[in-house]
Amino acid sequence: MTADATTGALDLESRPRLAPGVRLKYDEARSCWVVLAPERVLMPDETALEVLQRLDGKKTVDALVAELVTAYDADRGEILADVTELLNGLLEKRVLAL
Amino acid sequence: MNAPRTTGSQLPPPMAVLLELTHRCPLQCPYCSNPLQMDQVKSELGTAEWKSVLDQAAKLGVLQVHFSGGEPTVRPDLAELIRHARAVGLYTNLITSGVAANKARFDEMVAAGLDHVQLSIQDSDAATAEKIGNYAGAQQKKLTFAKWVREAGLPLTLNAVVNRHNIDRVGEMIDLAVSLDAARVEIANVQYYGWALKNLAALMPRFDQFEASIATVAAARERLKGKIVIDYVVPDYYAKVPKACMNGWGQRFMNITPAGKVLPCHAAETIPNLQFDSVRDRPLAEIWAKSSAFEAFRGTDWMPELCKGCDQREIDWGGCRCQAMALTGSASEADPACGKSPFHAQLRGMAEAASHAAAPEFQYRRITPRVDQKSDAPEPVAG
Ligand SMILES: C[S@@+](CC[C@H](N)C(=O)[O-])C[C@H]1O[C@@H](n2cnc3c(N)ncnc32)[C@H](O)[C@@H]1O
Ligand code: SF4
Ligand code: SF4
Repeated sequence: MTADATTGALDLESRPRLAPGVRLKYDEARSCWVVLAPERVLMPDETALEVLQRLDGKKTVDALVAELVTAYDADRGEILADVTELLNGLLEKRVLAL
Repeated sequence: MNAPRTTGSQLPPPMAVLLELTHRCPLQCPYCSNPLQMDQVKSELGTAEWKSVLDQAAKLGVLQVHFSGGEPTVRPDLAELIRHARAVGLYTNLITSGVAANKARFDEMVAAGLDHVQLSIQDSDAATAEKIGNYAGAQQKKLTFAKWVREAGLPLTLNAVVNRHNIDRVGEMIDLAVSLDAARVEIANVQYYGWALKNLAALMPRFDQFEASIATVAAARERLKGKIVIDYVVPDYYAKVPKACMNGWGQRFMNITPAGKVLPCHAAETIPNLQFDSVRDRPLAEIWAKSSAFEAFRGTDWMPELCKGCDQREIDWGGCRCQAMALTGSASEADPACGKSPFHAQLRGMAEAASHAAAPEFQYRRITPRVDQKSDAPEPVAG
């Protein structure tokens, strides 16, 4: 029944998106991107921002990793490990939902 | 990050503003944090004035706006204000008792772009809940309201204030939050200011009740990991370290009363001799930077020697100024919730004594407090 359950395990076919009630916006006053969530404001670092901006609920983790590998000309294994850790952290904080 | 921010020029913008749209409320919680002297309807800011506040807040760098009160949903212009807040880029949170709005009004708020709802309950047990709020039928209305929130796809936080009458049911409150599909539940022990201080003896839980609640919460967190976020705010009187009240006075947060006074914290009016500015007289940005009430306890310069020499001074900022005022007679003392405060033992002793004595009757929250407390028997109130 829970549309925004965060409990499902993350895998390559998951399509993460911003959880309901969470918004990413550019803050003019502080000149940085902010994640607005219930009772919280997070300031994503460069890597997190890069990932958050690419998520739309349609893109799979697999596709996201492929994009990043191309963009940074980096090792797929490394990117996958970093992305998985980041996504799991954001899922736990309920910034993302599956 | 933690450098003392005592001058206007280095001052970062506020993160959030809480608008007390009105002090009117159908409920009469004896722990209500609103002041004993409440703003009358005729003094409330009008729609255009609140919109101007929202414009100014967004421009100043505020990111989140909390619509609260009193009961914010009794204001007919709430949806209009939510729409305006969203239009200027603010994140909108509604803090409500859930008893005053009908479905059509709620749908208007959703359509206006409401981001999140915090719904308060008085207990998981309906009878006690309705005795605490002094409003028959409140519980069913709240459960229905929670359903509307989730059906609209909005994230829900359930807020429960705990005291000696309901703290033994924190487990049931958490279960209720899960059954309502809340993403988060915040269980907060009463903070003793406003009406709560007046009702301290009627509310203070025993230490053993508090200890049992800690264990229940810990077990629930383990059991419900990934399902729901459980925040537990422990009672100051049984704490050893004070809370970082407001994340530091005048550092992150502004509270605006129904009549437009801008306060560093919602209880700040309990501190005598502070001068508060009104949005009716001064631009919000100027109030944030220069209002003497904000300057009074900003940073660390005001601190007593005890805090000045303590390595926690930029972590808890000396705790709550209003609690220091209420319990030590001086707002410039360390919060007596701190184990190092010379007033701490006395505070703890007072709490223990009150909690073991028979609970007195509630003195219910009233806009015009009555002298005859005998008439305070629970009675249904027209919504
Ligand atoms: C003052 S109420 C106003 C909004 C609305 N009437 C409501 O009850 O949700 C704001 C929030 O503060 C909580 N609250 C009220 N008095 C409190 C106190 N003395 N200590 C801790 N929380 C309190 C309420 O449960 C509610 O979640
Ligand atoms: S805490 Fe209770 S009495 Fe106070 S405003 Fe909220 S519902 Fe009303
Ligand atoms: S002495 Fe002051 S700064 Fe140190 S913990 Fe206590 S209240 Fe906080």
